[in-house]
Amino acid sequence: MAYFLQQLINGLTLGSIYGLIAIGYTMVYGIVGMINFAHGEIYMIGAFISIIAFLVLGLAGITYVPLALAVVLLTTMAFTSLYGWTVERVAYRPLRGSFRLAPLISAIGMSIFLQNYVQIFQGARVKPMPPLIQGGLTILESGGFAVRLSYLQLLIILLTFVLMAGFTSLIAATPLGRAQRACEQDMRMASLLGIDVDRVIALTFVMGAALAAVAGLMVTLYYGVVDFFIGFLAGVKAFTAAVLGGIGSLPGAMLGGILIGLIEAFWSGYFSVEYKDVSVFVVLILVLVFRPTGLVGRPDVEKV
Amino acid sequence: MAAASGLAVDERTGPPLPWAPLLKDALLAAVIAALLALPLVGLQTYDIGGGALGIATHFDWVAWGAAAVFAGRLALRLLPQFRTGRRGTGPTPVSRLTAWAGRQAVPITLAGIALAAALPFLPFSSRYLIDLGTTVLIYVMLGWGLNVVVGLAGLLDLGYVAFYAVGAYTFGLLARDLDFSFWEALPFSGLVAASFGILLGFPVLRLRGDYLAIVTLGFGEIIRIVLLNWASLTGGPNGIGGIPRPSFFGLAFARSAPEGVTTFHQFFGLEFSPDHRVIFLYFVILGMALITNVFTLRIRKLPLGRAWEALREDETACRALGINPTNVKLSAFAIGAMFGGLAGCFFATRQGFISPESFTFIESATILAIVVLGGMGSQMGVVLAAILLVSLPEFGRAFAEFRMLIFGAAMVAVMVWRPRGLIAHREPTVWLGTRRRAARIAP
Repeated sequence: MAYFLQQLINGLTLGSIYGLIAIGYTMVYGIVGMINFAHGEIYMIGAFISIIAFLVLGLAGITYVPLALAVVLLTTMAFTSLYGWTVERVAYRPLRGSFRLAPLISAIGMSIFLQNYVQIFQGARVKPMPPLIQGGLTILESGGFAVRLSYLQLLIILLTFVLMAGFTSLIAATPLGRAQRACEQDMRMASLLGIDVDRVIALTFVMGAALAAVAGLMVTLYYGVVDFFIGFLAGVKAFTAAVLGGIGSLPGAMLGGILIGLIEAFWSGYFSVEYKDVSVFVVLILVLVFRPTGLVGRPDVEKV
Repeated sequence: MAAASGLAVDERTGPPLPWAPLLKDALLAAVIAALLALPLVGLQTYDIGGGALGIATHFDWVAWGAAAVFAGRLALRLLPQFRTGRRGTGPTPVSRLTAWAGRQAVPITLAGIALAAALPFLPFSSRYLIDLGTTVLIYVMLGWGLNVVVGLAGLLDLGYVAFYAVGAYTFGLLARDLDFSFWEALPFSGLVAASFGILLGFPVLRLRGDYLAIVTLGFGEIIRIVLLNWASLTGGPNGIGGIPRPSFFGLAFARSAPEGVTTFHQFFGLEFSPDHRVIFLYFVILGMALITNVFTLRIRKLPLGRAWEALREDETACRALGINPTNVKLSAFAIGAMFGGLAGCFFATRQGFISPESFTFIESATILAIVVLGGMGSQMGVVLAAILLVSLPEFGRAFAEFRMLIFGAAMVAVMVWRPRGLIAHREPTVWLGTRRRAARIAP
């Protein structure tokens, strides 16, 4: 029981991170109808920028943890969003109206480019990050096994929750959110009614990148290591989360993320660590084959 | 336009350039580039020992990068300004070149094959060059195999390397456990890979194009992870070693043969040279690649090949015309997988050693890049792209380091500027009668 609870906590933490990345996939898919394959790399760039920002703050002598965290969070989000915006501008916008697979191929190219860009300029070695937030709560103790919820895990889950709430209200209640929903339903009609579709799409990428940046920062803190290759697997898992929840749906992405995190945590807790990535791929394939609309998604009708 | 507005403008330079907005635009691009580069290029993390990181600043690189973006953006915006005068007067040099290549396809192909066949015997050829040629040909074969799936059937397969791995491991295991030779194992490699193609393709081929891509990526990773962790069968990360070399109709390539085996150089009365085997391997892969090509070119003319191309263009219409999309896609998947498996078998015998490390996603991406850069569906483009991609790192360390960076950027650039690839061939192989005649009459 205690072990189960511990895996639950670990899974929730991991799931929050996947959920934040998954939102980027699901929003872009909902509006533009493409898989932003480079989104995993955006998250990786977020992780790198956060580690660099921590180092710079350390050199500047700012060591008060909450202040440092807030500053790093904002800088990381700002710079990573700029990356998200640029990727859309350079690799996707010129392709609107091209043949069906063109944006995906371009996205794969972008992903390879970003990965190697970071590898060349930051090195291929794993970047360590000393633990910043230590300590935690012991929730339960039974038979010599203590279930612990570290402050960091608490922070990750809470921050994700706050961001999700803010984000949902942004989509539901602001003019930008309304424009996004309009573009999702019918892009041409939206543009006829005076919505600047290019701007809406660009802002969607910016928002997705900002959330991925938060995920990158949290992973840096949580695992304490970052390398240029983390984006690939995290990207695939977050995409799986988006598909599992129902691509195009925001609550679905969060739900899918948490489910994927739980599946991964329980799989490595009870079965084998080696095959934990396989478990996620198997989930992806099963969902796509048996329930392609996901858990809360709408059926996708192909128009001729 | 200039004449209409009544301004006296020099015919050759066109209207005066709007310098101010151009410069502003380029400056904006440079500022964004500088901001992007600031954290990741300008501040470089490095190990200072003891698990800690230090930061080195390279703001000069940021400045150079921004300057390059400024110049590049300005040039990009200026180019159409100079071109406006010539617009509509005729095809661009590039399209003229590809059109010429299209008309002269037969002589170019024959010359290419002749050159490839003569390569080992040319005066300047060396063992190094032949080895490089062999690598290029492996990628050409993989590219042609993937072209069946991506170029003809329009199914984006991001896990093609899985079939390459299956072929290689089929031979590796058959050789280790059952003492198969290369030629005995070759058909099995193809068959097993094709069965994997069917097995993996069957549940997922109903999916939309981009879902399919992600699922195939997942399959590729699953195969790699299984190969890595099923140590009792595959040797895990240590791989399989001691894979036998191919023989020439039973003649071994060795200095001294074991009892009962004749060696190649003894049989032909030649001086022993290790180059014999290298040259032989080169011809084996050349033959295999050419068979792949001929097979693809021929099958295009069969109903099956027509169905692939039709399916690529419009699945709904195909369904309405009574083509079963699943079966047609499955056949493309299986045939592509088979060629991947055959190439994998050759890879195993050439290296003599295989491990999961050779079959990562990057390999899939490289093969896909070859197909995409070459122009999906174009056989000649694949050759060009394979030569370019494989030999690029040989030009120097800088190229080797930046190779994948350049690939990635090139994939984006090709999609933006020439979505049909370096050599375009997305046109259906057949037209209805009238259109075909019209195309012939046109100069």
